[in-house]
Amino acid sequence: MLEVAIRSSRPDLDLAFAAPGGVTALFGPSGAGKTSILRAVAGLATPDAGRIHSDRPLFDSATGLNLPPHRRRIACVFQEPRLFPHLSVAANLRYGQRFAADRPSLPEARLIEILGIGPILGRRTATLSGGEAQRVALGRAILAAPRLLLLDEPMTALDAPRRAEIMTCLERLRYETGLPMLLVSHALDEVVRLATTLVMIEGGRLRAAGPVADLLADPALAETLGGREAGALLAGRVAGRDPDGLTRIDTAAGPLWLPQALVPGVAMRLRVRAADITLALTRPEGLSALNILPVTVTALVPDGQGPGVTVRLDCAGAPLLARITARSCAAMALRPGLPVWAVLKALSIAGAG
Amino acid sequence: MAGWLPPEALTALALSLRVSLWATGLSLPFGLAVAWLLARRRFPGHGLLNGLVHLPLILPAVVTGYLLLLAFGRRGVIGGWLHEVLGVTLAFRWTGAVLAAAVMAFPLMVRAIRLSLEAVDPRLEEAAATLGASRLAVFATVTLPLILPGLLAGAVLAFAKAFGEFGATITFVANIPGQTQTLPLAIYTFLQVPEGEGAALRLVLVSIAIAMTALGLSELLARRIARRVGRR
Repeated sequence: MLEVAIRSSRPDLDLAFAAPGGVTALFGPSGAGKTSILRAVAGLATPDAGRIHSDRPLFDSATGLNLPPHRRRIACVFQEPRLFPHLSVAANLRYGQRFAADRPSLPEARLIEILGIGPILGRRTATLSGGEAQRVALGRAILAAPRLLLLDEPMTALDAPRRAEIMTCLERLRYETGLPMLLVSHALDEVVRLATTLVMIEGGRLRAAGPVADLLADPALAETLGGREAGALLAGRVAGRDPDGLTRIDTAAGPLWLPQALVPGVAMRLRVRAADITLALTRPEGLSALNILPVTVTALVPDGQGPGVTVRLDCAGAPLLARITARSCAAMALRPGLPVWAVLKALSIAGAG
Repeated sequence: MAGWLPPEALTALALSLRVSLWATGLSLPFGLAVAWLLARRRFPGHGLLNGLVHLPLILPAVVTGYLLLLAFGRRGVIGGWLHEVLGVTLAFRWTGAVLAAAVMAFPLMVRAIRLSLEAVDPRLEEAAATLGASRLAVFATVTLPLILPGLLAGAVLAFAKAFGEFGATITFVANIPGQTQTLPLAIYTFLQVPEGEGAALRLVLVSIAIAMTALGLSELLARRIARRVGRR
């Protein structure tokens, strides 16, 4: 469990949060102070005051404790790979091993397999592509046997296919190493796919913190998360494939269908963006949309300015968000407690449950 | 070569090589430390240290030699202590010639090393620290390998400068054959006598050969290191 409570004037930071294990995302716009927080946790920067604990005290301005980075056992993957140019790929990968007190959370052979870097181990770092170099950097961090892994926007410098590769690697590593991770990101899709806990930062202050699914469905945060990007997560399990090729996923609120072929029995999280939900007072008939769920309105949050309203819905216990216009809201006479139908125009798989 | 060069010229050549190698070898750790301080640390007196290091480069060599004599002579503040406590005498000895050569070559060495230190990406050192390397380990496994070409360049420059040192040496340790008469002093001495011109000319050729060899050797090494370091 990572606990951070720090204050500094340059950069301007004053916040406290806890990361209960799993993957915690530090999310916020550029310049919000995410990287500064990460550097303070790593010991690369010293805050003016506060405490940082990661199972044990790392920094405490009250007692004067400030462990240097190499004694914190916190490895870091940065935006750029930072591979050592005078060492081969294999030597880079094993760099941290000689300083490590424990064995890494994953055997080296398995790690190389997950990262797919076996064929490039003998190469010089200068010949690697950006994606390859970043995967080596990720492996190097894990082989240093850290107790916490910091990821400072490790995918920003990469193009979309390379980004997807790293994301898949991270999902595997999260699952197989069980290593707690702190991910700095300003891309909501990364957060939704990888993180369990979300810590939202704005101007060096804490905006909100909690489980990803809860914050994502909080209408008050919809604007910060980027109006259109706001939405919710539905947990489900792959039930099977229908003869026409659609895959059925059972959720607490009812079955949903996706065009992708998925392995039956696998638990997963589905992401529904608020902008992709249409509301109806009666169950719609003669509609091409397949995925229609009965829901209950729990709250209405009008935009400060502008014609939009964010409607918070209860979907068999799971929170959902819908973005509609104030005009429709008035015409339908929506109010908390009213049962309505939610037409899900688009669904995406957010990651394994 | 014995017949080609007069014996006193051979002695001077051997002495010069010995003095330059010692001067280079001894000043290397200090040069590295000072270059690191100047490149990586900000402290009160940073400018003063920088100026002090560069002083031998801008002062007349005779002035540097005289200052050395004042400080390191038998009755000098440091020289007296060295003589009393450690039994080491520098003035008018070959060891003094080593000191004079080292001091004169020091600014060139520090400049070369400092430049290479400033070229090292501090983000690599940060990465090494988060992977568990202590500051010393970071220096040994990341910084040092990366500045090796600069270190080598600094050493060669210092060697060349030490080999050619004249003014400070003759002022501090005089021109004693077999003791402090280095190659440049020998050339100067040969030029003072009418029949010495031939020997002087031969010594000039020898100096050129040594300088070129040192330069070529360093180029070769630097290229190999650069390949290993991945700069090219």
